[in-house]
Amino acid sequence: MMSFMKGRVLVVDDDTALAEMLGIVLRGEGFEPSFVADGDKALAAFREAKPDLVLLDLMLPGRDGIEVCRLIRAESGVPIVMLTAKSDTVDVVVGLESGADDYIVKPFKPKELVARIRARLRRSEEPAPEQLAIGDLVIDVAGHSVKREGQSIALTPLEFDLLVALARKPWQVFTREVLLEQVWGYRHAADTRLVNVHVQRLRSKVEKDPERPEIVVTVRGVGYKAGPS
Amino acid sequence: MSGDSAASAPGRSGARPERPVGRRTPGSRFARLLAGGLLHGGVQGSPVLRLLLRWVRRPLLPVMRLWRRNIQLKVVATTLLMSLGVVLLLGFVVIGQVRNGLLDAKVKASQSQATGGFAVAKQKADEAAGASADDGTPADGGASQNVIEWMSELVLSLSSGGQGAFDVVTLPPGDVSGVARGPRASGFVDPDKSVPEKLREQVNSSTGAAQSYSRIIYLSDKESQPALVIGKQVNDPNGDPYELYYLFPLTQEEKSLSLVKGTLATAGLFVVVLLGAIAWLVVRQVVTPVRMAAGIAERLSAGRLQERMKVTGEDDIARLGEAFNKMAQNLQLKIQQLEDLSRMQRRFVSDVSHELRTPLTTVRMAADVIHDARVDFDPVTARSAELLADQLDRFETLLADLLEISRFDAGAAALEAEPIDLREVVRRVVSGAAPLAERKGTTVRVIGDQQPVVAEADARRVERVLRNLVVNAVEHGEGKDVIVKLAAAGGAVAIAVRDYGVGLKPGEATRVFSRFWRADPARARTTGGTGLGLSIALEDARLHGGWLQAWGEPGGGSQFRLTLPRTADEPLRGSPIPLEPKDSRRNRGDLDDAGLPRGGGQKSATVPVQPVGEQQSAARSTLTPRTAGAATADPTALPGNGARVVPRPSPSPGTGPRTGAGTSTGVGAGTGGTVRGDSPNRTDTAGAGDPDGPDDGGTGDARETALRGTSDRHRAGAEGANEQGEAFRGR
Repeated sequence: MMSFMKGRVLVVDDDTALAEMLGIVLRGEGFEPSFVADGDKALAAFREAKPDLVLLDLMLPGRDGIEVCRLIRAESGVPIVMLTAKSDTVDVVVGLESGADDYIVKPFKPKELVARIRARLRRSEEPAPEQLAIGDLVIDVAGHSVKREGQSIALTPLEFDLLVALARKPWQVFTREVLLEQVWGYRHAADTRLVNVHVQRLRSKVEKDPERPEIVVTVRGVGYKAGPS
Repeated sequence: MSGDSAASAPGRSGARPERPVGRRTPGSRFARLLAGGLLHGGVQGSPVLRLLLRWVRRPLLPVMRLWRRNIQLKVVATTLLMSLGVVLLLGFVVIGQVRNGLLDAKVKASQSQATGGFAVAKQKADEAAGASADDGTPADGGASQNVIEWMSELVLSLSSGGQGAFDVVTLPPGDVSGVARGPRASGFVDPDKSVPEKLREQVNSSTGAAQSYSRIIYLSDKESQPALVIGKQVNDPNGDPYELYYLFPLTQEEKSLSLVKGTLATAGLFVVVLLGAIAWLVVRQVVTPVRMAAGIAERLSAGRLQERMKVTGEDDIARLGEAFNKMAQNLQLKIQQLEDLSRMQRRFVSDVSHELRTPLTTVRMAADVIHDARVDFDPVTARSAELLADQLDRFETLLADLLEISRFDAGAAALEAEPIDLREVVRRVVSGAAPLAERKGTTVRVIGDQQPVVAEADARRVERVLRNLVVNAVEHGEGKDVIVKLAAAGGAVAIAVRDYGVGLKPGEATRVFSRFWRADPARARTTGGTGLGLSIALEDARLHGGWLQAWGEPGGGSQFRLTLPRTADEPLRGSPIPLEPKDSRRNRGDLDDAGLPRGGGQKSATVPVQPVGEQQSAARSTLTPRTAGAATADPTALPGNGARVVPRPSPSPGTGPRTGAGTSTGVGAGTGGTVRGDSPNRTDTAGAGDPDGPDDGGTGDARETALRGTSDRHRAGAEGANEQGEAFRGR
């Protein structure tokens, strides 16, 4: 983990004015922004800049944001926050399913953006040695690893946080709103689709049979809870 | 106002007038039955009879259903019945003719035979008489002895002439009974039983021959057989009369006749069956394409637009097929065009959205940076920065609302329903509105939240609706309490937001939902709404298949009620909360007792709209049956009746003025009759909330009008129709 460099933000946006404005705001908040305007060049820029977080516009020339998101996610668990002009279900869900951790709808307030970025970067600041068990999984919180029978499972930081949040209180049913608050850092309940999509993604990685989840169990009408260990 | 008022609401709400009616009916019937039982027993019989009838009819129902639905069955059955009738008629005629033909010949032959026989008998009697006269021994005993012998001989000789073709019977005349001249018969014929009484009477009463059909009964085991009996009174040698009968068996003729009958029956059966088969085949030729057309039409209406009929030949059926296919083709084309249009529209909205939002984001961020740094500016620039930021907020909200509305208009809004506890939503909304309420000095109270109020709904949209209602109530509540009430009953849940502020003027209850409408344009706006909030809320409610309705009285506050079906796609029949609150001025009786047209005032405002609203809802009900269902169930909560003036559900028919208030439709009464223009005795209720989502049935006109621009249309009909009414009348 490059936790000492956690000010680096890669902005992938083709609108130069917006990119510049984002730069101004991010620098003002103590981040270290770098920019790329073309979807085709985004991956190269990502490899070069090694950012701690990616701000990604969904509509890009060349490769579109979804594709870029997928490519970045394929090689890194770095937090990705989408910038989207469309709050329509399909766009958001497609973006989240392609691997984005969070999204923010244009037009947004600078403070809102910064709060989201901070929330996504915050997690690496609390390394407490802790061993958790959920289902047949063993979670090493400090070592950021999840293992099933010695086999480690690769999770993105967000998915890891989600799993840890559930595993820490296996007796509790988490509503989507509570999860949004604990994992995403929203103060007001926002879009619960975030939770749904990420629970699906998490299940696809940790469940033996994602159709019949045993680790992350749905409590109908309420939310989710950890499965019995 | 307590928790239990919510529980008792459904019965009272008038949202379900059918309930009290249903409850009353069994009671009255029981009373009637009781009275009938005591006074006249006849009444009691009728339900029993009805029950019996129903019991008999029940097993027949599937057959009747099949009969009603299957034209092939009908035609074949009719053909069978009718051809059976024809064949039977024909059979009877033919058999009658054959029988007549056969019998005529036999009768003629028999008659001549019998006539000969009678002559022989007479001759023999004469001869015997002559012989005995010659002997000169007319001793009585001897003579009778002779006659007995003579008779037996006569019978024997007469019958032997026929060689079994006939039998002979002699009987004493009816009035004489003597041992001497007892009955005789040839061939073991039972003489008494074989000759019918009627014939004997005839023979006795006349001297001529008489005939009749009968059956020969034998003394031996031989079976009886039909016969022609010819009889005549003849004298014996002593000159005493006796009856002589010839019995001609008709066995042969009967055999021939039954052969003919059998042949005819077989042929008739064949004809009937064949005709039935032919009818079946012929009808099948016609029915098969018709059924195919029906099936394809069903599939077409289910959305499989590429379905076509197979067309062969050039006959009428083929023409039907061609016409059908052409129709389907045109339909497909039109639908495709509309879909393309819709897609274009959606695309356009999406593009505009993106194109506008990106620069707006930049402006927004820049404005915020400037705003944050305003302390370093001179007062004028600082104030400008503040204004810039504030107005950007407003601009943003407006843009968001506009895009939301156009998304509804384009039919692009999708419902993401899942079971949610509305208390959670209410809690969030109330806590979100707390700062504003505090500023206004208003307390927002929630009642009816003792137990979960769960419905399948889109939490985001419901929250948006409620936020709107609560913020509006606080804003217009003039610092008085705002009450949010939750209730669930039947298949519906409802949330009502009640305030005690300025209320609504007559007619406004319908207008509040129109786009960019303001209660009082001159009044300062404190929270800077866009004027689209309630329109969006209405669309959200509709998307759920729910209703959003408003009620208000001038100076008495207002109540907005959101009713949602408990499960998505279930049509609403009523609302658990009455639209007009219990503590409304009218319900408290805080009115002039003259009962001046209470609803009259608002009538004047809403009457011009009403036909349009009605027309629209009528047109819609033809498109979507569930609208019709809702319409019949509850006039109070009619969907799409934004223009309707709704009377408060009257607890009993006795309270005349109250029921009258809603039903009286007098513009004159409204304008002229309401003398006390200043007195706020007029109540205004209205609802709008057409369960017609933009995506069922209404998509076509939605797109069409959406292109015209968002401002000139309002699907609810209501006041949109009032102001731009003409645009809607055509539809």
